[in-house]
Parts: sequence; structure tokens; C-alpha cells
Amino acid sequence: MTTETHIESAELGDTIIKIDGLNKWYGQFHVLKDIDLHVKRGERIVICGPSGSGKSTLIRCINRLETHQEGSIVVDGIELTEDTKHINDVRREVGMVFQHFNLFPHLTVLENCTLAPIWVRKTPKREAEEMAMRYLERVKIPEQANKYPGQLSGGQQQRVAIARSLCMNPRVMLFDEPTSALDPEMIAEVLDVMVGLAEDGMTMLCVTHEMGFARKVANRVIFMDGGQIVEQNEPEEFFNNPQNDRTQLFLSQILQH
Amino acid sequence: MPDAKIFVPAPDRAPPLNTLGPVAWVRENLFGSVSSSVATLIFLYLFFSYVPPFVEWALINANWTGTDRSICEANTAGACWTFINVRLEQILFGLYFASKPDELWRPTLIFILFFALLLPLLFEKTPGKKWLSITLLGVFPVVFYFVVYGGSFGIPQSNTTQWGGFLLTFALAFVGILLALPIGILLALGRRSELPVIRSICVIYIEFWRGTPLITILFMASVMLPLFFPAGVEFDKVVRAMIGITMFQSAYTAEAVRGGLAAIPKGQAEAAMALGLGYWKRTIFIILPQALKISIPSIVNTFIALFKDTSLVSIIGLLDLLNMAQTAARSVEWRGYDIEGYLFAGFIYWAFCYGMSRYSQNLERKLDTNRRN
Repeated sequence: MTTETHIESAELGDTIIKIDGLNKWYGQFHVLKDIDLHVKRGERIVICGPSGSGKSTLIRCINRLETHQEGSIVVDGIELTEDTKHINDVRREVGMVFQHFNLFPHLTVLENCTLAPIWVRKTPKREAEEMAMRYLERVKIPEQANKYPGQLSGGQQQRVAIARSLCMNPRVMLFDEPTSALDPEMIAEVLDVMVGLAEDGMTMLCVTHEMGFARKVANRVIFMDGGQIVEQNEPEEFFNNPQNDRTQLFLSQILQH
Repeated sequence: MPDAKIFVPAPDRAPPLNTLGPVAWVRENLFGSVSSSVATLIFLYLFFSYVPPFVEWALINANWTGTDRSICEANTAGACWTFINVRLEQILFGLYFASKPDELWRPTLIFILFFALLLPLLFEKTPGKKWLSITLLGVFPVVFYFVVYGGSFGIPQSNTTQWGGFLLTFALAFVGILLALPIGILLALGRRSELPVIRSICVIYIEFWRGTPLITILFMASVMLPLFFPAGVEFDKVVRAMIGITMFQSAYTAEAVRGGLAAIPKGQAEAAMALGLGYWKRTIFIILPQALKISIPSIVNTFIALFKDTSLVSIIGLLDLLNMAQTAARSVEWRGYDIEGYLFAGFIYWAFCYGMSRYSQNLERKLDTNRRN
């Protein structure tokens, strides 16, 4: 695992995501506690932690799929509040890939990719289709463009989901356990696409337990537990020299196998 | 690994011969076990003791021609379709049009137009289906109004209290279906709204209309409604029935659609939201197409029920297909031929309901994008 070379990152830009003093409750349950997280343009962050630690909830707050009760989230200069217009402005710039792909089963692969550009960005249909084909080529499945999602394998579906997000030309990509629902044989093809994105300088926040991917791609690895950020560091330091005993225990558990 | 074994898949072999062919099918499905054999024999006995006599009475020995009951009285071994033949206009178009031979072209034209628009829609390869549907759902009702109701373009106004027969059944069901679907969809969406006021209004509406028998609604619309309006304001009886049926039907459609909405995984809306699609866009492009596909069987089920329930308008003195057939069979000239009347009305109901059912099955198959090929 350590033989893989880390992708060199270009100089990071200004801060694109500013999360300060974020707190969130589900009813009585305090799911996120005093989270501060600043992400720079071009930065690639991997978030790991045991289930229930709040890592998915955290990235779902960034495009307001979850609301927060305290603190502030500013994405590309827009603060997320109740204001629906601001929320949609943010969502337009933030792509998201889900654990269960969430492709639209009644639309073809191509239609999945062109729907949002046409109806949200008002891109002309032909232009949207050309762009979709470019991204489908990039995720290496242009030949499936006219099939329905139900006819594809899990790995292919997840690559379509990535292409669908890219078609909106997002400035940030959020990945919520993108390989957890995949058969082992298909994980590599999805990770390859994600590595390619990283190489192109995409700002990425990725909840995953693929530690090989984290070592290769991340500028920063964040470990969460109990709704808090327990530890964050560069991957080499994070994996070889974890500071917190909770992190050590977690790493020993997932790296043993 | 230089000495790795090469994997060779085993070849397919043909299945055993005694599991193929019609004889194997019969043995397997009709006489597979003792109870299965007994059931098969009982069914065959019932089939041969009831079906041939019925076919003989209804078709082989039946009376088809003539203009009065004398021919039927001469041959009592067969059905008297002469009655239906003679009273066809009355049963299909009601008393107003049956009594005016000059006006018969109006309902006739309407049904020809309806089938001319509908039949091409049933074939997959028809071009311009979108425009045909728009014409059928948007233009056709307007044409229906001007041709059947009349009152303009030199077409005499028809008396709606004398509308009847299949024409009335058709008008009530068509309007009910056409209006109840969009209203029902909005109600179903409203019932899942995050806004408490909208949600309560929709819940109250749905539960009120769904909890009230249609017959009560029709009765109220006919008897009670005029009491709430000043004297002189008079709603047409057929319009009142249409409003009552639409209210009632939209509540049922709403619940059928809600079932479909509830079956859509949350991830669909989330994926649409994450792409920046607002509420109406994600509802129209993502949620509704999937939800309606799932609810087709239950929506069509309520439509079929509605089509037959229109005969309840007899409670407010309107004579639909069933009641018109009954009325005709109780006329002095044709007294005693109720069975033929009921069979004929039943057959028309069945033909339309079966058509709707088959069309919905077809639609389900066509919209199923989950098949692998």
C-alpha cells in the first residue's frame, strides 16, 4: 500500500469552504459538535471514522441535505441559511456522489447526465449532450450512454453518478462512501476515476475507508468520532504516527485485515 | 505462477426430454398431484355443463332480427337481441338523442372521434403520440361540449336532464378521470408537504371525501347544494354529478399516487437536490414519473371502479347505461327482457374496463426500465 506514490498537489488556492462552530442535533441527539473545518481550493480531504461518528452528516451539511442548528457554513462566499435561492446556488457548485449511486432509474445514462445542466444551468440540449459524452468518456463508459441504470453493474452506475455530477462543472465534489456498496471487483474502477479527478485539481471531500486511496490522494486525513474531529493530519503522519489513542485503535482495526 | 491451471467452463447439456413438450406440460400442471387432478376434473365438468347451454341460448338460438317482441315470443329458446337492436339508440345515447333522429349524428360523431383518437394511441409505433394525447385530453372534451351539449354554431342545445345511456356514463367517467388525476396528484404531493397548513388541508380533504359514500355525495350535490345558493341560481344536474364525482375520485387518486410517492427511495430526491433542482423540477422530472409508474395499477383500479360507479347517478334521477338498459327492458313493448338488457350493459362495462386494464398492463411493461437485455 505504501508503494503508491502520492499525487503532488499544485499550490492550494483560497478557502472555498468555511465551517465554523458547527453544531447539529437530530432531536435530542447531538450529532455534530463544534466542528471547524476550512477547505482550500484544490484540497483533497479524506474523512474517516467509525459508523455513527457524523462524517456523512458533516459532508451532507455542506450542500444542505442536512440542516444545522448552530454555527456557519460558507461555500464559495455563499452562506447556507434557510434561503432556498442560496441553497440552490451552493448546490449548483457542489457535486455529490452517494453510497447507493441514486441514479434516476427512469432516465437513460445520457439523460441522467444532461437533466440538471439543461434545467438548472439552462445549457442548450445539444451542448449538454456533448458535454455529457465527454464526461462519460472520461469515466470510460461512453458506450453505455443510451442504456438505463438498471442495466449497468454497480461500478458502472457509480461512474455514471460521478459523470452526472461533473456535468454541472462543480467547484467541489463530495463523496459519501462511494465504494461501500460495491463488490470488491468494482471498487478499483471507481477509485481510478476519483484519482483521475484528484490529478486534475478538483477540490474533494471524501468519506471513505479506502486507506490506500487516502494515502495516495489526500492532502489531509480527518478522523471523526462522536460527532467531533478527533485528529487531522497529512496522510503520512496520520497513518504512521497517529496522535490520539482513539485514532490508533480505529486504524489498527481497519488496517489489520 | 508458471504452473497455474487454466479454467475451462463446463459445456451446457440439454435438459432431460421428459420435461419438455405439451404432454409434459399437462402432466406437470393439470395432473401433477391427486388434488390437482380432482380440481382439473371438477373444472372440466362445470365448464361443459354450463358453457355450451349458455352459448346456445346467447348465440346459436338467439333472435337477432325483427322490430317487435313477436319474433322473440315465437322462439323462447334463445336470447332476444332484437330488443337491444331496436332500443340501441336509447341505451347508448339516452332519451334526448333517441327521440330526435335528426340529432343522432352528434353522439355518433363524438364516439367515432373518440375511438379515432384512442385506437392509434394503443399501438407502439404510432407517430405523433404526444399530439394525439393532447388532442384527446384537451381538444376532445371541448368538441364534446359543443357537439353534444350544443347551444352554439347552430347546433340546438340538448337537455342534459335527458342525457343518458352510455353517453352519460362516458361523459361522467371521462370528466371524472380527466380532472381527478391532476387534482389527485396535487393532493398527494400536498399531503407530503413540509408546510403544516397545506398538509392539513389535503389530509382533511382526502379523508372527508374518501370517508363519504359516493351515493351520499351525489345525493347531497343534488338535494342539499341548491339549499346553499339563492333561489334562481341553478346548477345543471349533470354538472353537479360531475363535480361530486371529481371530488370523490380525486381523493382516491390522491391515495393511489401517495402510495407511489412513498415507494420512491429518499435518495432520488436527495440526488436531484444535490444537482440543484428545485422542488417543482425534481417533482416533475424525477419523483412523479417514477411514482406514477408505480401507482399505475392502483390508479387504473380506481378509474375502473369509477367507470362502474357512475351508475349511482340514478339516485339523482339520471339514467346511465345500466339504468337506461333497465328502463328499456321495463317498457311496455319489451317487458320481461331484463336479462338481455343487463347482459348487454354488462358487456359494454366489461369491454371498457378490460380495455383499461390491458392498457395499464401494457404501459407498465413499456415503462419498466429495469429489465436487463
